[in-house]
Amino acid sequence: MANSTMESGVDPRARIQSQVEQSLRRRHAREKRFRRFGLTAVMLGLAFVAVLFVSIFSRGLPAFWQSTLTLDVRFDPAVLDMGPPPQQKPEESPRDFQQRLNAWNFQLTMASWNTILEDALIAEKPALEEHRRQLRKLFTSGAKYRLRDMVAENPSLIGQSREVTLLADAEVDVWIRGNIDRSLPDARLQLSPEVRRIADELHEDGLLNVTFSTTLFTNSDSRSSPASAGLAGAFMGSLFMMLVVIVLAVPVGVASAIYLEEFAPKNKLVDLIEVNINNLAAVPSIVFGLLGASIFINWFRLPLSAPLVGGLVLSLMTLPTVIITTRSALKAVPPSIRQAALALGASRVQTVFQQVLPLAIPGILTGAIIGVAQALGETAPLLLIGMNAFVANIPTTPFEQSTALPVQIYLWQGNEMRNFFEARTSAAIIVLLLMMISLNAFAIWLRKKFERRW
Amino acid sequence: MDNMTLIVLLLILMGVAYQLGLTRSRAVASNTTGRMNSRPGYYGWLVALWCGLPALLVFVLWTLLEPAVIRSVVFSQLPPEMSNLSSQQVGNLMQRLGDIASGYGVSGEPAPYEVAAAETLARLRDIGELAKIAVMASLALAGLFIARGRIRPQLRARNHVEKVVNAGLLLCSGVAILTTVGIVFSMFGEAMRFFSFVNPLDFFFGLNWNPRFSSTGHSSYGDFGLLPLLWGTLMISIIALLVAVPVGLMTAIYMSEYAPSWLRSFAKPVIEVLAGIPTIVYGVFALMVVGPFFSNLGDLVGIQIRSTSALTAGFVMGVMIIPFVSSLSDDIISQVPQSLRDGSLGMGATKSETIRQVVLPAALPGIVGAFLLAASRAIGETMIVVLAAGNSPVLHANPFEAVSTVTVTIVNQLTGDTDFASPQSLVAFALGLTLFVITLGLNVVALYIVRKYREQYD
Repeated sequence: MANSTMESGVDPRARIQSQVEQSLRRRHAREKRFRRFGLTAVMLGLAFVAVLFVSIFSRGLPAFWQSTLTLDVRFDPAVLDMGPPPQQKPEESPRDFQQRLNAWNFQLTMASWNTILEDALIAEKPALEEHRRQLRKLFTSGAKYRLRDMVAENPSLIGQSREVTLLADAEVDVWIRGNIDRSLPDARLQLSPEVRRIADELHEDGLLNVTFSTTLFTNSDSRSSPASAGLAGAFMGSLFMMLVVIVLAVPVGVASAIYLEEFAPKNKLVDLIEVNINNLAAVPSIVFGLLGASIFINWFRLPLSAPLVGGLVLSLMTLPTVIITTRSALKAVPPSIRQAALALGASRVQTVFQQVLPLAIPGILTGAIIGVAQALGETAPLLLIGMNAFVANIPTTPFEQSTALPVQIYLWQGNEMRNFFEARTSAAIIVLLLMMISLNAFAIWLRKKFERRW
Repeated sequence: MDNMTLIVLLLILMGVAYQLGLTRSRAVASNTTGRMNSRPGYYGWLVALWCGLPALLVFVLWTLLEPAVIRSVVFSQLPPEMSNLSSQQVGNLMQRLGDIASGYGVSGEPAPYEVAAAETLARLRDIGELAKIAVMASLALAGLFIARGRIRPQLRARNHVEKVVNAGLLLCSGVAILTTVGIVFSMFGEAMRFFSFVNPLDFFFGLNWNPRFSSTGHSSYGDFGLLPLLWGTLMISIIALLVAVPVGLMTAIYMSEYAPSWLRSFAKPVIEVLAGIPTIVYGVFALMVVGPFFSNLGDLVGIQIRSTSALTAGFVMGVMIIPFVSSLSDDIISQVPQSLRDGSLGMGATKSETIRQVVLPAALPGIVGAFLLAASRAIGETMIVVLAAGNSPVLHANPFEAVSTVTVTIVNQLTGDTDFASPQSLVAFALGLTLFVITLGLNVVALYIVRKYREQYD
């Protein structure tokens, strides 16, 4: 009896306690699981960033180094069989002189530069004489133009020797650096066995080296000479487009933000504008490309592939971003500033332009930079207005044909010379990312430096 | 004198006008006993505006209208049989006449009527140029001197200038409306031209996408069925959301409720970096890293996964919108009032129970809105899919196979093509219109939900 009372007295409490403990354990386990899920999500996010950057940088960094041949090049007068460059004669019209100069330059271009390159190699390694015809395949075709430009600049070089560092052919570069499976059968390799052997020998002798190369920054895109294809043209194109965005989108965006935030009365028109801006911010970028193709290209007949048109399209695209960030910068200025100015008798315009705006400038600049960075990274709309055309020149005005950095990345990733251009593409991405990061870092710095807490 | 110099000269003249107004107002001020209505600078501005604005207006109108006027005069001289040319031919002819007029020469011997027309053209252009400069100069100078002469103490210069500033600001705000109008009209116009070739029903409900090249003749244009593209878009967006929503939402929850401050201050900006990376970079990343990875993974488990597939594109797109989802969710979660949390914790609920049963249900409408915004992002995304989706516009439900999307097809149909007469390129506008309407609809609904939700706790 005592036993049973003890049991019935303790049993429910113990049962409940054990139930509670069990459920607590379960609930705490669930809590832990939930936390772990959260942590996993954060780690996944961080891992994505890490994988992205590591894979891009590990692929792209090697492209800043390239195979080059450093040779003593003799500008043999026997090969470069040409007279001195024409001088302007007093009785000659400028047009005739230009014609003679063109003829001279043409003759210079048509000279047998391959022979000069071959001679230079044979002078280093006489044993190569028997493979003379193969030697030219070691050089990228841009090497010839490099030598030609040297002579055109300084005709007295003919007959002299100079030490020149020349880029090796892209295929040679791929072979030397092992970016291609060396055990592939001959049929699947672009280079003949002979050239491969010569390249390996030259590499061992220290004539053919992998050195840091600036061609990626100084040259424009090139089809005939992939090894010397660079980003300079695309960079200038992007720069011009950013300029157009700065000149158009930033002032117009700031002005409309000022209007909407400080002056706009509450009416239907202002509501319409606000709804419009919010919607424009969400319109896919490619739609702006269609707008550009239809209105700027087809209607106004503006030139295809011009940074001006690209800049116009990107300006329309970044306008909402600039407006929205500027408005929040203006909102952050406390109303007491405005009230104080108005109380002292300043007009609304005076208040805004002399008191509110100077205080909001850091925020506005941050917004403008973010907008420009967004424009810098955009690709899709540019494809529709012809900016993906191949352009070999570095543009000097916003009206000339050009590409842009992201479009150049798009073009290079599609290049057939996969083994060579994969690294080039990643290198271009590195350049683009560095530009974006520095723009954003500048924006953050501005904000940190001038931010005021009220 | 090209237009650029003209504008720069006008700006310089405005600067001079400002100075003149300034000195004049000071002179007036020193001669009167009463007070001037405004500060001297406003008189300067007023004179500068009077000098610059009318001339600028004339400049803009002139530049817009001159080509049309010249064209109509030149064409009235042409032989009558040339009166019914298409707009394309008119453009070509004007180009040719312009080349003759400028002396660069053209291919082929120009016909006598062409030479005559080109002469007229050259003469008209010269006259137009001179007349434009003359009109602008006289307007600018007239404005300058009239405004300068009107400077009196009673002149409410500041109010006038401020009115102009206000109008200018309003004009700038109008650019947003103009852009929307431009988008809608250009899309609509070109899409209507497309629908004159292809039945809208065949476009919106067609199951096949197979546009033939325009060179194969006008008898058949091929099939322009939208559904395979829409299906591909949907599939990729769903995969992207399946990646982005759990990771993004859990990141936001963990960051706001659990993470120690050192982790938050480090991880938050790092994950936000994902939002700033250009989409082309994601595309190349998908193509070079993620695609081969999935393809190898498929080989390992015995499924055939193409390296460019809906899965690759969707996964990478999901990674791209993680920060978008997480920052939107973060905003929304932090808007749930602390009292709800405290109540739940006070009743003995664990943190995760509070989040799952109190915070999330309270934040649900906002989170749904965030998902819709993310979905509209995914639908409009272009470069990732161009590079990584494989471009195969076929209806199938296998995410491991290649698909095509609306955006990819727009790029393919319009890239490098300026011939806006064939349905093959015009279809891009019909697709763009579809895309525009879908994303707009999603956004309107999402913003409505988010706003509604905000009001709930305000």
